[in-house]
Amino acid sequence: MKTLLLALCFALSFSSWASAQTHLVQDVLQSQRTLIEESSRNTIGPAIDALVASGLPQMQTVLEVWQAKDMWQRKADGLFFRATKNADGMYTLRSLDTGAEVSTAASTDLSQLKPNSGVRAMIATALVQFQLSDPDPVKRADALVSISRDPGAALLAPLRAYITAETDEGILARKTRLERLMTMAYDSDVASRVAAIDQMSGDLGVDFRATLNPILTTTRVISQTPPEANIAQEVIAGSDALTRELAYALLVAAGDAPVEISKEARDTALQANIEGGRIAGFPVAQLSTEAARDEAYDALVSGNLAAPRVTSADIDASLANVRFFDVYTEPSQVVTAAAEAALAASETRVAISQAADLGLDALSLASIYFLAAIGLAITFGVMGVINMAHGEFIMMGAYTGYVVQLFVPNHTASILIAVPLAFAVTFAAGVALERLVVRWLYHRPLETLLATFGVSIALQQLAKNIFGTQARPLTAPAWLDGAWAINDVVSISYIRIAIFILALLFFALFVFIMKRTRLGLETRAVTQNPRMAASMGINPDRVNMLTFGLGSGIAGIAGVAIGLFAKVTSEMGSDYIVQSFMTVVVGGVGNIWGTLAGAAMIGGFQKGIEFLNPSNTLAAQSYMIIFIIIFIQFRPRGIIALKGRAAGD
Amino acid sequence: MKTTTALATVFALGTALPAMAADCPIKVGVLHSLSGTMAISETTLKDTMEMLIEQQNAKGGVLGCQLEAVVVDPASDWPLFAEKARELLTVQEVDVIFGNWTSVSRKSVLPVIEELNGLLFYPVQYEGEESSKNVFYTGAAPNQQAIPATDYFLEELGIEKFALLGTDYVYPRTTNNILEAYLQSKGIADSDIFVNYTPFGHSDWSKIVADVVALGADGKKVGVISTINGDANIGFYKELSAAGISADDIPVVAFSVGEEELSGLDTSNLVGHLAAWNYFQSADTPANAEWIAAWKARMGEERVTNDPMEAHYIGFNMWIAAVEAAGTADVDAVRTAMYGQEFPNLTGGTAVMLPNHHLAKPVLIGEITAEGQFDIISQTAEVPGDAWTDFLPGSAKLVSDWKDLGCGMYNTETKSCVQTLSNY
Amino acid sequence: MNKSFIARNPSVLIFLSILALFTLVVTVLSEGFGVGVISTSFVKVLGKTLCLCLIAIAMDLIWGYAGILSLGHFAFFGLGGYMIGMWLMYERTRQIVVGSLSEGVLPPTPEEITAGIGNQIFGVVGSSEFPLVWAFADSLVLQLVFVLAVPGVLALVFGWLAFRSRVTGVYLSILTQAMTLGLSLYLFQNASGLRGNNGLSGLQNLPGVTAPQSVVSLWFFWASALALGLGYLLIAWVVSGKFGSVIRGIRDNEARVRFLGYSVETYKLAVFTLTACISGIAGALYYPQAGIINPAEVAPIASIYLAVWVAIGGRGRLYGAVIGAAFVSLVSSWFTGGQAPDVSLGFYTVKWVDWWLVLLGLSFVFVTLYAPNGIGGLIDLFKRKRKETDA
Repeated sequence: MKTLLLALCFALSFSSWASAQTHLVQDVLQSQRTLIEESSRNTIGPAIDALVASGLPQMQTVLEVWQAKDMWQRKADGLFFRATKNADGMYTLRSLDTGAEVSTAASTDLSQLKPNSGVRAMIATALVQFQLSDPDPVKRADALVSISRDPGAALLAPLRAYITAETDEGILARKTRLERLMTMAYDSDVASRVAAIDQMSGDLGVDFRATLNPILTTTRVISQTPPEANIAQEVIAGSDALTRELAYALLVAAGDAPVEISKEARDTALQANIEGGRIAGFPVAQLSTEAARDEAYDALVSGNLAAPRVTSADIDASLANVRFFDVYTEPSQVVTAAAEAALAASETRVAISQAADLGLDALSLASIYFLAAIGLAITFGVMGVINMAHGEFIMMGAYTGYVVQLFVPNHTASILIAVPLAFAVTFAAGVALERLVVRWLYHRPLETLLATFGVSIALQQLAKNIFGTQARPLTAPAWLDGAWAINDVVSISYIRIAIFILALLFFALFVFIMKRTRLGLETRAVTQNPRMAASMGINPDRVNMLTFGLGSGIAGIAGVAIGLFAKVTSEMGSDYIVQSFMTVVVGGVGNIWGTLAGAAMIGGFQKGIEFLNPSNTLAAQSYMIIFIIIFIQFRPRGIIALKGRAAGD
Repeated sequence: MKTTTALATVFALGTALPAMAADCPIKVGVLHSLSGTMAISETTLKDTMEMLIEQQNAKGGVLGCQLEAVVVDPASDWPLFAEKARELLTVQEVDVIFGNWTSVSRKSVLPVIEELNGLLFYPVQYEGEESSKNVFYTGAAPNQQAIPATDYFLEELGIEKFALLGTDYVYPRTTNNILEAYLQSKGIADSDIFVNYTPFGHSDWSKIVADVVALGADGKKVGVISTINGDANIGFYKELSAAGISADDIPVVAFSVGEEELSGLDTSNLVGHLAAWNYFQSADTPANAEWIAAWKARMGEERVTNDPMEAHYIGFNMWIAAVEAAGTADVDAVRTAMYGQEFPNLTGGTAVMLPNHHLAKPVLIGEITAEGQFDIISQTAEVPGDAWTDFLPGSAKLVSDWKDLGCGMYNTETKSCVQTLSNY
Repeated sequence: MNKSFIARNPSVLIFLSILALFTLVVTVLSEGFGVGVISTSFVKVLGKTLCLCLIAIAMDLIWGYAGILSLGHFAFFGLGGYMIGMWLMYERTRQIVVGSLSEGVLPPTPEEITAGIGNQIFGVVGSSEFPLVWAFADSLVLQLVFVLAVPGVLALVFGWLAFRSRVTGVYLSILTQAMTLGLSLYLFQNASGLRGNNGLSGLQNLPGVTAPQSVVSLWFFWASALALGLGYLLIAWVVSGKFGSVIRGIRDNEARVRFLGYSVETYKLAVFTLTACISGIAGALYYPQAGIINPAEVAPIASIYLAVWVAIGGRGRLYGAVIGAAFVSLVSSWFTGGQAPDVSLGFYTVKWVDWWLVLLGLSFVFVTLYAPNGIGGLIDLFKRKRKETDA
């Protein structure tokens, strides 16, 4: 229809074209000036229609300029221009008719038109007919996005018209899909709608379900006999789907039954009937219980001073007279049946996909816990040293990443620099901690715990003094932006995948170092029997220092990864420290497989609780801790307990 | 240690009695956390107050007296707020306090301020449902931020399904309750409102974002109203941009994200998402330009201004005007003089102090830009702040009017004052 | 027995005398009853400090004497505060609601009163239903019993589970830390029924009491001093007898004590529960003075500070715990209160607000490494020297 109108206007305006063509666009804009200035989604429609209906060839550009907030108005005369900011802060104004430079102006003399996103969406819809055939594939894709955001029956015809001419394969596929979806919703022919629905039955896409669900909306109708409409079902009053109270409330709302007397109404009636300190003979002072008030009210009713109560029998009587029906707004029964079937087919697939998505989330959370805990698995698990400053090493790693990004703006390069640097920084910090503090306390684990707590407090405050308490940005390179979407339901962000891979790498590294290198051999020897190890020519001091440094260094790298996906603050370490210890303890101290199992269990369990209680994520965390405390009862040594001598004590 | 201060005060009282008549200098207490978790937000307000007091002193002070700032640090420790407030009022004997950020800290000082008849200016947007004789609320009440933003969603963006995401504490809880009731009154079905609460500093947002996307499956346009607080926003917005959700598909309007919060984020993927405040730094008025210039000259070029700063700016200037009108800094006289005080907003228009201790202020809605600022796309006329929301049954019948009724919790049904102290 | 116990422990008598003298001096100098040199806010600080000393000696009993480093005792402290806070809040609100409703035309029904209280207490956090945990909030006696019972039962259950499965040493420390983290996370939820993040506030206003805060603060100060005195006496008595020898034995070598036929778990459980109850009392006295209790109070860091106080004061000697708690908490609040003068180094100004925690953390490392006996150790050193010179 719009195209027709467009053609008509085009023909009409052609006669006067030559004479006044330099002002045509401005004239149209001025004619809609108040609406454009008001810029509200509710009122802008006619203005946009008028612009499109003018049929001027510049209109596509005008709309695009307007949409991009590049259209400005000169305050002095109210004329609209396309404005661009110059280096000196002045704005260059260009005519919207010719594109020629008109003048320059200061921002104080101009006001920018800022269409809000609702208005922009309407402009985008208006642009669709221009863009569908645009030679630029990006604009054609834009048009499709606009249609899918705000589909309407009017857009079906233009969309169909431009399908056959489409050359780009990706866009063609999207156009076809969109055409199918719009056919379901807007085609006038029932058979083709049903065909489209059947064709896509079981599809996973949100857009597919978003198209079918509105077709299946129902309204509840009160009627004595089944109404002449597309009935979805009859609802029995008193069933789970429609409780007695709800059914009666529907009747009241429809004006078919008297309102139940609420407590407030009762009390209002009582207050209205006070006579000489008494209500229907009852002294006011005695009405301090619900029962007494009810009694007084009944007395009022019998004296015809108040409306009678609606009794249970009254409600039953009212409900006995009527039936309740859910009626589809869609008149065609064939279409609704097809839609029901198609949605049912998707439902199972959606449920499976949601489970898979939850699984991925759990896996991702587990990998984050694992990454945070793996350094601890070395210092605590292997060496048996409680390092409460472990969380602060994570924080140091993250801040290292932040500092690197201050100097190296390229995000890819900065991350590549940050990872080894974070390792180096926290390795050094770990070695220093080991040399200065931990070494003196090897036989006093409780003291180690306390001393490292002191270090943790000091480091945290130090970070606050240096970087402030506000979160600092640590930005992932562009190639880690976005998500890997397997389908419309299952998706996972690339950054989480990267963390998962990093966790696997560290796991492999850990196993390799412990089982295949001299350091690993020496570490295990020193942990099991330092004196024996020393007499075999191993220097336990050196081994302890390196092992502790390694654990700390890994925490630093974990910090970079965690900072990339969450936040960098001075308190990020304390967010992970208790969780990390839990991971190691639950998994089983001294065994990396245990840590892995611990992380998987905690991550999975937490997501499970979140799934069961989606409106409160906080609950998940406290239930998790209760679960861990109970779990320790049954497996005090963790999921994978060391056996025999290595278990030690 | 405080004994020594106390001793010193007693000593000073003993020796300086003749000078007391002049009542100079007038002391202004500043009760903002300078350490702990809230320091980053509140330190800015302490600096704002110091700047305002300096500016006023340069103009000759008030009533011929210089103003003196008494700064204490409650260290983001809520019980400490009560302790420090008592210290300010009894030991330092300040005439007025500007302070607090979190609701819980305000609830902590309320009993003390009311017991000692102090005067507090509270500059942050809050959940309402409170009215104290001794507190002026210069930040937004829910009807000055949440309700207009929701209207914007309904009217301008055509949102039909709402996800209310918040941090689990009182401001989001109450705001979301009000919004749920409001949306229902606008015909949004219960099933079209999704509510979720997360802990402070929450970082694992993937599932919640996936849940929000899944809301779109029934073909209704989805919008997110976020009362997520502080650091948790970073993870949330990162996940949002990773999921590729553009503001045109699922717009997010936030009530706790301002210029300061955005500085911890790369906003290039968040362009177009929204925030609602009474002030944005990008507001284009001469007064604002001057204010920003003074702030940057004092604090550094990279510093930003934000909504609570403007609240202090208005509150402080109104207080000065009220002191001059009353001819004294005495709390009761100043409070009476406060009603009806007017002062120009930084964003244009005039703020008016209402008898319910709230301001009438315009509501602004801004879209996030790539530079970490907000592009103002909607500005209402002045909205009078409402202490008791009209959308919850318990509080719809309550009004606050300290001028004529002398009651902050007046029940219009029974025509009686529920209590003259506030509910804490 | 008692007499000989005091005779055997002259330090107890000295401590009690000092405490009594201190109480008297503060009372005389206070605003409420005396010359008014000490401000009411400082009386509250001192009263709160006494409560902290009380939990510190409980911590000393479990850590210094029994060798169990609990990082969760502030959970019990907080629970004690919550229990008394519920009654204070309920009763205060009830009086307001009854007063307000009685102005209505009809006399209020019990249902209306309950609904009114619910609306007042929970209205600000968006509900008006009374959660189950408030079932007995109207009874002062029951809530006072809960001050002891709730921390006690939690300690009993937690301790039984933990000690039964032989969780010891650092594992137990981490587990207790998880316990307090779990509790604080739970309380942070609105669904906990204890007003979530806002907690219980206005606790300094005792229902039905019209006396000014300057007087009320002294009542609590006396109560705190009394509780500390009794607690000190109790714990000193406990550790001086056979029970004390056994728990010290457990600290030094658990296995040997077990081989000697003692039920190590029972002893540990008894100590754990006893200290939890004492902590509950300390909390119940502390929070009405602080005025507000909220979940941040039971966050793990609070319990760590408790360990810091005891370590700096000196473990295994009760007066050490008292000195540590009083000294560190007062010095802390002095440094972070902004009163301490900044130190200018020319190129950089050290603000104590910023640097105090760094200093505290490092001094903690220092004490652990070089002075495991803390400040109390210095007193021992002094005593020993004097003995040497006497001899």
